[in-house]
Amino acid sequence: MTMRKKLLMGNEAIGLGALRAGVSMVCGYPGTPSSEVLETIAGERAEGVYVEWSVNEKSAMEVGAGAAIAGARALVTMKQVGLNVASDPLMSLNYVGVKGGMVVMTADDPGPISSQTEQDTRHFGRYAKLAVFDPSSPEEAYTMIADAFECSEKIGRPVLFRPTTRVCHSYASVAMLDPMPRATAEGFKKDGGRWVIFPRLACANHIKIEEGLTTLADEFSDYRGNELYGGGSRRGVASGGVSWSYVREALSGSDTECKLLKVATVPFPARLGEKFIEGLESILVVEELDPVIESELISLRGKLGAKVEIRGKLSGDMPNAGENTPGDVRNAVFRFLGKDAKAAVRPSESALKLPARPPVLCAGCPHRASFYAVKEATKGRKAVFSGDIGCYTLGNAMPLDMVDTCLCMGAGITMAQGLHRVEPDTVNFAFIGDSTFFHTGIPGVLNAVYNGADIIVSVLDNSTTAMTGGQPHPGTGVTATGRVTRKADIYGVLSALGADDIQRVDAFDLSASKFAVKRAMSLPGVKAIIFSGECAALSRGKKNGSCSIDTDKCAGCAVCVKNLGCPALAMENGHASIDEAACAGCGVCGQLCGFGAIA
Amino acid sequence: MNAELTNCLIVGVGGQGTILASRLMGGAAMSVGLDVRGSETIGMAQRGGSVASHVRMGRDIHSPMISPGEADVILAFEPCEGLRAMAWLKIGGMIIVCDRAVQPFSSGGAVGYDAAEVMARIVSAADRVRVLSGEYIGEKCGMRHLNIAVLGAAAACGVLPFSTADMEMAISGRFAGRIADMNKNALRTGAEMIKN
Repeated sequence: MTMRKKLLMGNEAIGLGALRAGVSMVCGYPGTPSSEVLETIAGERAEGVYVEWSVNEKSAMEVGAGAAIAGARALVTMKQVGLNVASDPLMSLNYVGVKGGMVVMTADDPGPISSQTEQDTRHFGRYAKLAVFDPSSPEEAYTMIADAFECSEKIGRPVLFRPTTRVCHSYASVAMLDPMPRATAEGFKKDGGRWVIFPRLACANHIKIEEGLTTLADEFSDYRGNELYGGGSRRGVASGGVSWSYVREALSGSDTECKLLKVATVPFPARLGEKFIEGLESILVVEELDPVIESELISLRGKLGAKVEIRGKLSGDMPNAGENTPGDVRNAVFRFLGKDAKAAVRPSESALKLPARPPVLCAGCPHRASFYAVKEATKGRKAVFSGDIGCYTLGNAMPLDMVDTCLCMGAGITMAQGLHRVEPDTVNFAFIGDSTFFHTGIPGVLNAVYNGADIIVSVLDNSTTAMTGGQPHPGTGVTATGRVTRKADIYGVLSALGADDIQRVDAFDLSASKFAVKRAMSLPGVKAIIFSGECAALSRGKKNGSCSIDTDKCAGCAVCVKNLGCPALAMENGHASIDEAACAGCGVCGQLCGFGAIA
Repeated sequence: MNAELTNCLIVGVGGQGTILASRLMGGAAMSVGLDVRGSETIGMAQRGGSVASHVRMGRDIHSPMISPGEADVILAFEPCEGLRAMAWLKIGGMIIVCDRAVQPFSSGGAVGYDAAEVMARIVSAADRVRVLSGEYIGEKCGMRHLNIAVLGAAAACGVLPFSTADMEMAISGRFAGRIADMNKNALRTGAEMIKN
C-alpha cells in the first residue's frame, strides 16, 4: 500500500493534523514561528470549523476556553512570548478544566531566530501544571496534535503543544491519514459552580490536578512519543524535540552501542526513565533551551539512588543558550562516546571578512519615511524614541537610529510615560504598529490620558501585521478567513480614549509628516500622529514603475543614500543609482534630493 | 552513511526566493519517489538578511538541517552568500553561483564588497563550480526569476536527483498560465546556460 504523502511545513502539518483530529474552534495571534498553523487551517475552509485571528493571545485563549467548555475541540496558537500575554486565563483554566479537548500550540524559538527571549514552554507546563507535548518532526507533529486533543479531553484540562522553530519551519514528506471520527460539541451545560473559579474550590481542584499529573507521568511511559532504544550498553543519550533528530542523524550508520531515550512529554515518563537509567554508567542529555529532561533524570537518579553520571547543560557539557545544530550535536555525541568526529569539514577558505547582512526595512516601506520625518523634525530637541514589536523595530539600525527602547508588545506607549516622568524636559515618542496598537497599545493610551502623561503616540499604520507575513487585524476590515467585517478606526479609538490631539498624515509625504510632528511637540498632553502608508509587501506589484536618477542633475552628494538606508539606493560611479527591480516607487528619496535629480 | 542522499543548500538574500526554490525542488524530488526533509529561514531575516534553505532528498533522513561539509550542492543566488556558505560544501561537491552582487546595507549606505574577489575565492575553493551570469539572467528572464533560473542550471548539471522535465512538472503543479510560462522560461534559460 502506498500512502499519500504531502510535502508539508511543520506548521502546515500541525494545522492539518488538528483538522484531522476534529478541531472546530481555532484562534490565535500571529507570531513567528507559529503563524502558519492558523493560516493553514483558515486556508482549508473546512466546513464547521471556526477560525479567527484574535486581537491578542489573551483574547484567543479565552475564546478558545469558552468553546472548549461548551464541548468543542479548540486549538489556540501563539508564539512563546504570546503565552506570557495569555498566561492569566491559562493558569486559571487548568483549575476550572475543559470539556472538549483544548490544545494550546505555543511555538518556542531557540536561538532565538525571531524572538525576544529563549523561554522554554516545557517549564511553563511544569509551572502551570499542564501536560506538554513536544514533537521532534513535522510527521510526528501531524499525529501528535491528535494525541494532545485526546489527552486533553480525557483529563478534562487544557494541554500545551510545544514545537520549536526547526519543527515549525522545517518540512518533510508527511503521510496523510484519514480523518478521525468527530463528535459534535454538546454545548454548554450549566453545572452549579463547576465553571466558576473560586478560592474555596481551588484547593480541591489543585489536589485533582496533582493526582492527574501523577497518573499522566505513569501513562506517558507507554506513550508512543516517548521511546527507548537499545540495551546492554553502559552509555545512554537522552533527547527530545528537534535535537532528537540530530542525535539520530549522528548515530545513523554507526555501529556504536548506545541506549537512547526520547522524551516528548511533560510530565516526564518516569517508568520509562527508570528503564533507561538501569545499567547505565553515564548519560548525555541533548535538548534545547532549559535542562528539563536533564533535571528530571537527575531527580530520578536521586530517587533510585543510582550511580549514573549525567552530562548536559547543568554539568557544563552542553551550551545553556542558543539553538543546537546537527554538527554540534554530532560532535557532543561522538565526544561522549569516545569516537572521532569523522566529518570531513572543508578548511575555512575565507580569510576574507565578509560583510554582515542584517535585515532591513524593505524598499518602499512607509516606516522608513515616518522615522526619517520624525528624526528631521526633532533635530535639536532632547528626544527619546520608544519602539515596539514589529518590522519597525528595524528602525533602530543605522542610518535611521530611531528606536531607543523595545521590550514587548505594547510596551512602547507605557515605557514612554515612565521615561518622561523621570526626565520631563524630554520629548517622548512611542512608535507602535497598527496590529500592535490593537493588541496591547490601547490600555497604554488610556493610562496616559488618565494619568495626564505627556507623550507623542506615533501609530505606524501600514494596514497589516507585516513582520509575521501580512495577517489581517481589526483595522483592516477583513477576518482570518477573508470575510469583510467592520473596520476598527484607529483615529476613532484614540479619540474615544481621550487623546488631547490626533493627526493623520500620509507617511510618504515628508513635509506633511514633519509639520505634524512639530505641531505635536508644541502641544501638552497625549498627542497622537497616525502615519498611514501601505506596507511595501502589499503594494508591491500594484504601483507603477520605479524611481530613477537623472545623472545629469545628481550632484553625487549621497544625501538620499546616507540618510534613508533604502536597499534600492546605492552610490555608483560618483552618483546615486536606483535598483529598479527593488524600488517600489514610493518617491521618498526624491523629496530629500536638493537637486531634483530623482523622479 | 546514506549513499542515496542528496543534500542541497540554497543561499541568498531575503526576497530572492530561496523558499519557493526549495519547495519546487522538494516537489520534484517527491515526484520521483524520494522523501524530502528540509528547513527554511522565515521571519525577520526575510527582510533582506542572509537566508538559507536546506533541502535533503533520499530515504531515512532525520535532521532537517545540513551540517557543514555535507552539502552535495550549493545554489548561491548571490556571491557573498555563496562564499559564506562554502564551509557547508562537501569535498567534491558543486556550487552553482550567480555572479551578481546584492550589496549589504548598514550605517548610512552601502558597505560594498568586492564581488570579483569573492567570486575568485569561490572558484578557487570549490572542486566543482558553475558561474551564472546575473546580467544574462536579468536580460533573458528578469532577476525576479533568478531563483528558478538557478534551479534550471542545477537540474541540467545533473547534480540533483531528478531531471529538468521533473522540475518543469513541479512548476506546472504550482503555477498556471502566464506565471507558469515565465517560470518555465526561467528554468530553460538556466538549463541552457549550462549546456552552452
